[in-house]
Amino acid sequence: MRSELDKFAVQNSIVNMSTDIKIRKGLQLKLKGAASNIIKRAPQTNNYALKPTDFHGVFPKLLVKEGQSVKAGEPLFYSKYQDKIKFVSPVSGTLKEVQRGAKRKILNLFIEADSKQSALKHKLPKLENITADQTRELLLASGNWPFIKQRPYDVIANPDSKPKAIFVSAYASAPLSADFDIVLDGQQEAFQTGIDMLAKLAPKVHLSISSQSDSFLSCVTNCELHRVSGPHPAGNVGVQIHHIDPINTGEIVWTVGAEDVANIGRFFLTGTFDASRTIAVSGSPVAQPKYYKTTIGASIAPILEDAEADQNTSLRIINGDVLTGVATTQDSHLSYYNNTLSVLPEGNRYRMFGWLPFVGSSIHSMSKTSLSWLFPKRQYAPDTNMNGEERALVVTGEMERVFPMDIYPMQLLKACMAQDIEKMENLGIYEVAPEDFALIDYSSSSKIEAQAIVREALDLMITEVG
Amino acid sequence: MMKLREKLDQLKKPFAKGAKWERFAPSVNAFDTFLFVPNHTTHKGAHIRDAVDLKRTMVTVIIALVPALLYGIYNTGYQYFIQTSEAFTFIDAFLHGAIKILPMIAVSYGVGLAIEFAFAVYRGHEVNEGYLVTGLLIPMIMPVDIPLWMVGLSVAFAVLIAKEAFGGTGMNILNPALTARAFAFFAYPTYMSGNKVWVSEASNVDGISGETILGSLASGAEVNYSMFEMFSGAIPGSIAETSTLWVLVGAAILIFTGVGSWRIMLGSVLGAAGMGFLFNLWGANALMDFSWFNHLIVGGFAFGVVFMATDPVSAAQTQKGKWIYGVLVGVLCILIRVFNPAYPEGVMLAILLMNVFAPTIDHYVIEANINKRKKRSLKTAAVQTA
Repeated sequence: MRSELDKFAVQNSIVNMSTDIKIRKGLQLKLKGAASNIIKRAPQTNNYALKPTDFHGVFPKLLVKEGQSVKAGEPLFYSKYQDKIKFVSPVSGTLKEVQRGAKRKILNLFIEADSKQSALKHKLPKLENITADQTRELLLASGNWPFIKQRPYDVIANPDSKPKAIFVSAYASAPLSADFDIVLDGQQEAFQTGIDMLAKLAPKVHLSISSQSDSFLSCVTNCELHRVSGPHPAGNVGVQIHHIDPINTGEIVWTVGAEDVANIGRFFLTGTFDASRTIAVSGSPVAQPKYYKTTIGASIAPILEDAEADQNTSLRIINGDVLTGVATTQDSHLSYYNNTLSVLPEGNRYRMFGWLPFVGSSIHSMSKTSLSWLFPKRQYAPDTNMNGEERALVVTGEMERVFPMDIYPMQLLKACMAQDIEKMENLGIYEVAPEDFALIDYSSSSKIEAQAIVREALDLMITEVG
Repeated sequence: MMKLREKLDQLKKPFAKGAKWERFAPSVNAFDTFLFVPNHTTHKGAHIRDAVDLKRTMVTVIIALVPALLYGIYNTGYQYFIQTSEAFTFIDAFLHGAIKILPMIAVSYGVGLAIEFAFAVYRGHEVNEGYLVTGLLIPMIMPVDIPLWMVGLSVAFAVLIAKEAFGGTGMNILNPALTARAFAFFAYPTYMSGNKVWVSEASNVDGISGETILGSLASGAEVNYSMFEMFSGAIPGSIAETSTLWVLVGAAILIFTGVGSWRIMLGSVLGAAGMGFLFNLWGANALMDFSWFNHLIVGGFAFGVVFMATDPVSAAQTQKGKWIYGVLVGVLCILIRVFNPAYPEGVMLAILLMNVFAPTIDHYVIEANINKRKKRSLKTAAVQTA
């Protein structure tokens, strides 16, 4: 295996120039329950769901009715304001139920999978001859488009926009998150094809990998390679964009998740929509944290059972990593984008005099008002307690410590709260996504909800600026 | 512990959402959250949170203040007994100071927290912990014999006008504690300056006079204190400002924990030292001749720079801004000392003045960042059109 890789690396060493990006600010939080390097096929389930809420800002218009049978890759709904963007079924089966919430908002499309899978097949021209327009149309028609997101605003890319570059981060630095060297293991051909096809859509494709990466990723061609090192959020694509080619006013870049690139690639190799997903199941209450090969929208419960998540305590199940993920329930389903399923113990407990400085160093703190800095190697098992209450912004300089961009985070957040659009623009709102503020949520002594503030501000920008 | 928790939950029932006294919930929560970190869990954003909160941060500042406070209490008694030439023990001196100072602290906390609680209930937010520091700082920077009602009035002025009028914690322009002192200073000058206020009972007992070092320099008198006395703090002055030694212990705590900005502290020291050195070269009067390193250890300079200039809300908020702000506090402090014999102590006015200018400093620092971004945009636009 190793020698093959080396050979591959040598072959490509001439075409593949890489640059180094070193990030200094941030926080590498070490948590208990990291997934071990084992990939297992997830237990069989026929219980799937597609969640329109995974696609921020999309108003779903249904294309199928309850009880109708669908093939894998068949569109279930489209976006009301971008009707070219279609969202397809990850499996073949029957649309069992359309679950709605308040104001008839669609929450879940429950699909009962057939025992024998059949998929919608698209006719593909020869890959070498595919034009940019054809690529775009195929991605839209096949339901692959939602994999492509855009900055500014961190929403699904507008197919009519002209990005200056496409960025792919194959370095996940968030605590307990899936390692793409493992996720993408054995998916080299699909990944390379995905990059090749994306390269048709923009003048440049940037691929960032961990400086520690020893997989085929360092040999991927047809893109600019960047080796990133440093603490979280170094793996955030937004931080990488900022250091590689920052977004200026009026510019658009697209971003694609690392495994999503492989999914796109497989579509172009086979002609069928590929919904396979490798996820890391991790967290301190999980006895056997490891990787599972599964499918977008698969039921979570059997996976958690297989990974032996502690059922005696009340758990927080998170689609995504512990800093940016979405809380969900055990009877729910995997989201569209995440490669990590995090499990934490809930923290609804009181701690007597827990606010005293230098007390309770078992809870991690970036601040030296706790003794946890004395144990840099220690692994923590945090719960979901707020560890305090929200207060006015008092302390200055703490946000900058975890924000490796040339942007003033506190001033930007204040502009967001004041809904001052001009100020937001000036201070760099176009370059950021909520996830870039996740460590500010984490470390703020005033317990402010920075990610929520930024998301709201970006939504305001979409309606006001477009 | 669980028993106590159950009891508290029982007591808090009338303050729950929808219950009779819901409006007053912030006032009971303020006490409850000091006993227990609440069981609130994350609902949006990051699912895990750092152990630090504003309570922990503010209590760290209080811990940093304690050494200077304890020395201030002792020094109050010490100054009194050596002036009256009575025999005394360490305990006597400490008790004399404690009897004078503890009521001041009680009044400061009582008045200030009452206003804070009232505003929290009125505005419907939780009580912020900031006043715990302000409330202790105010008596520490007053002369020992100031009547308690003046302490109360200064506190009320500071909290109402300097803080709540601007929107409460985190919004104020001026440091509230220094505003309280400035109020007292200009409203009751006879209690706040001169040579009869700095030593306990000086205005009642004829034998006692206590001029501060800066006061004597301003009036052209000789200074009879050694450098060691100035540094250790065995000199007359406001209650807890005299001992540079114990202020430095506090500074070490603030810098180590990261709660106080070392940039501001170092900037101020450099600014004051530089300015003092320039005046030493000029040397036109006694104050100009007063050596630059002595400027750093007399008066309230050390205390002001460590505990007041570093107030994150009223100081500059950008890293670069903190340097500029710090240096200017130091420079202005010495300027005011040397050129304004009416205000022998310059640090209060220097910090308040720089509080006013801090937003301007930040504005220019941030504007530079904005311009950099704009230039980048223009450059790429030019490349694209070319």
